Amino acid sequence: MNILLKKSLLIMNKKVDIIIDGNKYQSETGRNLVDVAKDFGIVIPTLCYFKEIHPTLGTCRICTVKINGRHTTGCTATVQEGMEVEINTPELLDNRAAIVEMLYAEGNHFCPSCEKSGDCELQNHAYNMGLTVTRYPHAFTHKAVDFTPHRMIMESNRCILCKRCVEEIKTKDGKSVFSFVKRGVQTRIQIDYKEESKLSDEEALHAMEICPVGAILVKGIANEKPFGERKYDFLNQQVQTKLKHEQIKLKDGEKFVVGTTSLAGCFGCHMSLLDIDTDLLDMVEIVEFNKSPLTDIKNFSKRCHIGLIEGGCANSENVHVLRKFRENCDILVSFGECAIMGGIPAMRNFVPLQECLEESYLNGHTSELGADIIPHSEDIPKLLDKVYPCNEVVDIDYYIPGCPPNAQHIWKVVKSILLGEEIPISYNEFKYD
Amino acid sequence: MATKKKIDRSKLLSVLWEIQRKKRHIAHDDITKIAKEFELSRMEVEGVLTFYHFFHRQDCGKYTIYLNNSITSEHAGMDKIREAFEKEIGVPLGHLSFDGLFGLYETACIGLSDQEPACLINFKPFTNLTPEKARDIIHQLRNGAKPSEICDKPNSKIHYTPPPEKTVFFKSYNKFSVLNYIREHKPEEILEIIKKSKLSGMGGAFFPTGLKWQFARQNKADIKYLICNADEGEPGTFKDRVLLQTHPELLIEGMILAAYAIGASQGIIYLRGEYRYLKEALEDLIESYKTYNFLGNNIPAKEPLNFDIYIELGAGAYVCGEETALIHSAEGFRGEPSTKVVYPVQSGFKGKPTVVNNVETLCAVTRIVEMGVDNWLKIGTEKTPGTKVLSVSGDCKNPGIYEIEWGMNFREFLKLIGAKEPKMIQWSGPSGNALAEEDFDRNISGEDLICGGSVMVFDESRDIFQILKHFSDFFVSESCGICVPCRTGNFLLNKKIDKMISGKATHKDMNDVKEWSKIIQTTSRCGLGQMSSNSLNDAIKKFPEAFRKYMTDDSDLGNKFNLEKSVSEYEHIIKEITTDYE
Repeated sequence: MNILLKKSLLIMNKKVDIIIDGNKYQSETGRNLVDVAKDFGIVIPTLCYFKEIHPTLGTCRICTVKINGRHTTGCTATVQEGMEVEINTPELLDNRAAIVEMLYAEGNHFCPSCEKSGDCELQNHAYNMGLTVTRYPHAFTHKAVDFTPHRMIMESNRCILCKRCVEEIKTKDGKSVFSFVKRGVQTRIQIDYKEESKLSDEEALHAMEICPVGAILVKGIANEKPFGERKYDFLNQQVQTKLKHEQIKLKDGEKFVVGTTSLAGCFGCHMSLLDIDTDLLDMVEIVEFNKSPLTDIKNFSKRCHIGLIEGGCANSENVHVLRKFRENCDILVSFGECAIMGGIPAMRNFVPLQECLEESYLNGHTSELGADIIPHSEDIPKLLDKVYPCNEVVDIDYYIPGCPPNAQHIWKVVKSILLGEEIPISYNEFKYD
Repeated sequence: MATKKKIDRSKLLSVLWEIQRKKRHIAHDDITKIAKEFELSRMEVEGVLTFYHFFHRQDCGKYTIYLNNSITSEHAGMDKIREAFEKEIGVPLGHLSFDGLFGLYETACIGLSDQEPACLINFKPFTNLTPEKARDIIHQLRNGAKPSEICDKPNSKIHYTPPPEKTVFFKSYNKFSVLNYIREHKPEEILEIIKKSKLSGMGGAFFPTGLKWQFARQNKADIKYLICNADEGEPGTFKDRVLLQTHPELLIEGMILAAYAIGASQGIIYLRGEYRYLKEALEDLIESYKTYNFLGNNIPAKEPLNFDIYIELGAGAYVCGEETALIHSAEGFRGEPSTKVVYPVQSGFKGKPTVVNNVETLCAVTRIVEMGVDNWLKIGTEKTPGTKVLSVSGDCKNPGIYEIEWGMNFREFLKLIGAKEPKMIQWSGPSGNALAEEDFDRNISGEDLICGGSVMVFDESRDIFQILKHFSDFFVSESCGICVPCRTGNFLLNKKIDKMISGKATHKDMNDVKEWSKIIQTTSRCGLGQMSSNSLNDAIKKFPEAFRKYMTDDSDLGNKFNLEKSVSEYEHIIKEITTDYE
C-alpha cells in the first residue's frame, strides 16, 4: 500500500489529457476522479465518499461512471493518461437515481419527522435529481432505534450503511466505536457502548456531522436551524415539471374537471391546496370540481381529467375509493408524503396490527378500565396489514412531494398537467418536509 | 517495560472456530475476552462473527445438524428429511432440542449435490438421506455414537475422463515428481510455462493465471502470499472437493510451483467450513511434505525457496469465494469484497502482494509441468487448452464428476450424463446462465460456453419459478450487504419474483425486472451482484411460456393489489376476539 502511495505521489504532478463526456480536460495523474471533475465544474454525486478516509469506501455506488467503456465508481478511480470518462449519460443518470430510490425503499425515511431534514445528503441528492417517488416498493422493514449509548442515538431506520462512521470514528487507542453486524439486508451499524462512552463531546458531534443522513444523533442536540437556513435549503435552483401524457383537449366552453380525495391523510394537503389564495380565482375560471371534499359530491357524476389523491391506503375503503378514482380519472396525482410513501400513518407498519389495535382500543392511556372491544362491524372498513403508498395499489401518473406540498407547487403542477406546459418549480416550493 | 504483543488479527477466525467447537456457541463473555486479547472493540468482534453463519451466539446443540437446502437437495426430497429430523428431535428447523442435544439448521449448498439430500452433523457428511436414515442417525447419536464414526464417505463417482493421453486430472500421479523440476529450473521458467499454457482461473473467473503470477512476481515485497481458494461455494459445485479428496498432492505441489514462480513464502489454503472433514487429511499431507523438506525452509530448488502452508477455515459465507472477500476473511475481518483500487497482486493479504488461485487451477499447474506445456496445448481449444472438471447434479442418470476436454459438444455431454429431456440446465451455478434447448448445439469451451464447474440439470417436472425463487433467496441471504445495489437490489428483485408467483405480475413487472437487473449488474461492487440476476433474465428470455402462465392483464386494475390478502390479518384478529371459547 505504502509503496503504491509513494509511487502515485511521485507521478502525481504530471499533467495529462483526459476526456469527460466528450470534452478534453487536463489534470494531474493519480488524483481522485470525483475531485478532479468537481474542479472542472462537473458534479459526480457521492454519498459515502469522504475525503479523509483512505482507501475510499465505495459502498453506495451512486458515483458509478464509465471509464474507457467499463462501469466503475468515480470515488475509487484516479486520473490516468488518456482516460475517457462518461459521467452524465442518460443510463448513468438513471442508475444514480435508481440507487437513491433503492435507499428510500430500503430505509424508513420519514423526512417530515427527521432531525436532519434539510441537512441530509441523501435528501439533497433526491432534490437534485428531481425525484418525486421511488420506483421500488417500500420494504418497511422494522429496524431498531438504539438509545442505550451514553451520548448517542443510533437511528437504524435512516442508516444507509455508507460505513463512514465505521472507518472514521475511533477511540484514542484505535478501537472501533461503530461496527457493521450481520450481513445482507440485515446488515446494521451497531455502537459499542463501552468505546462510545470514551469519546469526547467533540468526537461525538463529529460522528453526527459526518453521517450523511440522520442515523447518528447526539442526545440533547436539537436541530436549532430554522427552515430556510439549513444546509441544502436553497442550494439548488429549480426543477422542471416533466409531462408524460397527451395534452388534454377541451371543447368550447368546457372546463377541466378535477376530483380530489383524502385517504389515510390529515387533510393538510387539502388545506394547503386552499392556500393558493387569489390564484383560486384563476383556478375556478378553468376548473370545475367533481367528487371532492371541497364540493361534497360523494360519487363521480362525470369523468375527471385529473384526480388528486391525498393520503395512502390504510383500510379497505381507501382501496375502494382509490380504485374508483383510477376508473374515473384520466390522470391520477398523488400529492403529499402519505399518498407517495405512506407518510406518518405508515409508521404503524413496524408494529404488528394486533398490537396497534390493542394499544388503541384496549391498553392505551385513553381507553377505559376493562375495555374489551375492538370496534368491528360490516360497515366499518377493514384495516390493511400495513399502510400502502397509492402507487402500490393502482398506477399513479404524477407525484407532488411535501408535507404538505407548498400551495404554489400544487397549483403549478396541476396547471402544468392541465395546460400541457412544462413549468419550472423553484426549490423553496419543491420540498419533502 | 515490555508490552504484551498484540495478537495477529488473522488468527481471529480460528479462535472463533475453537470456541464455537468447544462451547457450541460464542457467548457474551467470550466476545469480551477475544476483544481484549485482540485489542478490538467488542462490537467489532461481534461484527465479524455475525457475518459468518456457522458462528452462533446461542447454543446450537451438542450435535449441530446443517441440512443442505440447495435446489437439488430440495428436489431430492429435503422436506421429508427435515420433517423426519424435526419429529425425531422434537423442535422445528432453526431450533435447539429441549435436551440441548441437537440443533437443526439449514445451510446453502455443502458440495454434495450428487448425493442429495445430504447434511453435515458437527461438520461430518451424511449423504443420500432417507427419513429412515435420518431417524436412525439421531438414534445412534443419542446412544452415544460419534458423528465421525457413523458418517458417510462422500465419494463422488468419476464418470468420465477423456482418452488417457488427454486426461489431465484424474489419473495416477507419482508424489513429489514435479518437484524435481524446480531443482533444475528458475522461477521465470515456470512462469513462462504457465503463461504459454494459457491456463486461466478455473474457479469461474477465468483470469489468465500466468498474468496474475507475473504481476505478483514483479511487485517487490519482503513477503508474498499464495492463497488457494478452496471456498467452493457456488451451488452445485463439488469438483474441488473431489480433487482435494483424490489428488491433494497435485494441489500442494502446484502451490509449491506457484510459490517458486511468484516468490511467495507463505501459503494458505482457505478451506470452506463445509469441508472441515477434509482438513485433517490435508494437514497430514502438508506434514509429510515438511518431513521430506518440500515445505519449510530451504526447499531444494535452483533458487532459494522457503515456503510453508497452513489451512484457514471459512465459516459459512458464499461471498468469500470472491478473492478480495476471501483475503479479508483470512485476515480476520468480515468477508466484504474490496473496491478495485488496488489488486491483491499489489496489496492483498496483510497489505502484501498476494495471488489467489482456485484448487483446480493449482492442480493443473502441477500437471502442466509434469506433462510439458506442449502436450498440454494439444488438448482442448485455442482459448482454453486442457480439460475441465465439471460437477453434475440434478435430473440426470449419472450425477457426479466429469473431466471433459474443452471443446466438447454440449449435446454429447448431455448424452454422457444421461440427461433425458432436460428443460433447463443451470450452467456455472446460480450466478451463471440458464440454458435451454436453443443452447444444446453449442460447444463447451472458452470460445463458446465457458463453465466454472457447476452443472445442474432440471427436467420438465420442475417448476422454473421455484428454482428462480430459490436462487434469488440464496443471493439475498449471501449478499455481504456492503454495497447498495446488491444488498437492496437483490432483495427488491426477490419481491418481484414473489409477485410473479402470486400471479399479480404484469408486463410492466417483467420490464422492471430487466431494468432493475441491469442497474444491479452495472453498479454492484463485486461479481455477486454483477451476476446474481443472470439466470432470472435468461429464464425470462428462454422460457416465455412459463412466465406468461403467471402473468395478468395490464389493464386489470384490481389485480395490481391483493386486497383479500391485505385484510386477512385484520379479519383473523376480529374473528379471534369475537369467538366465544367458553
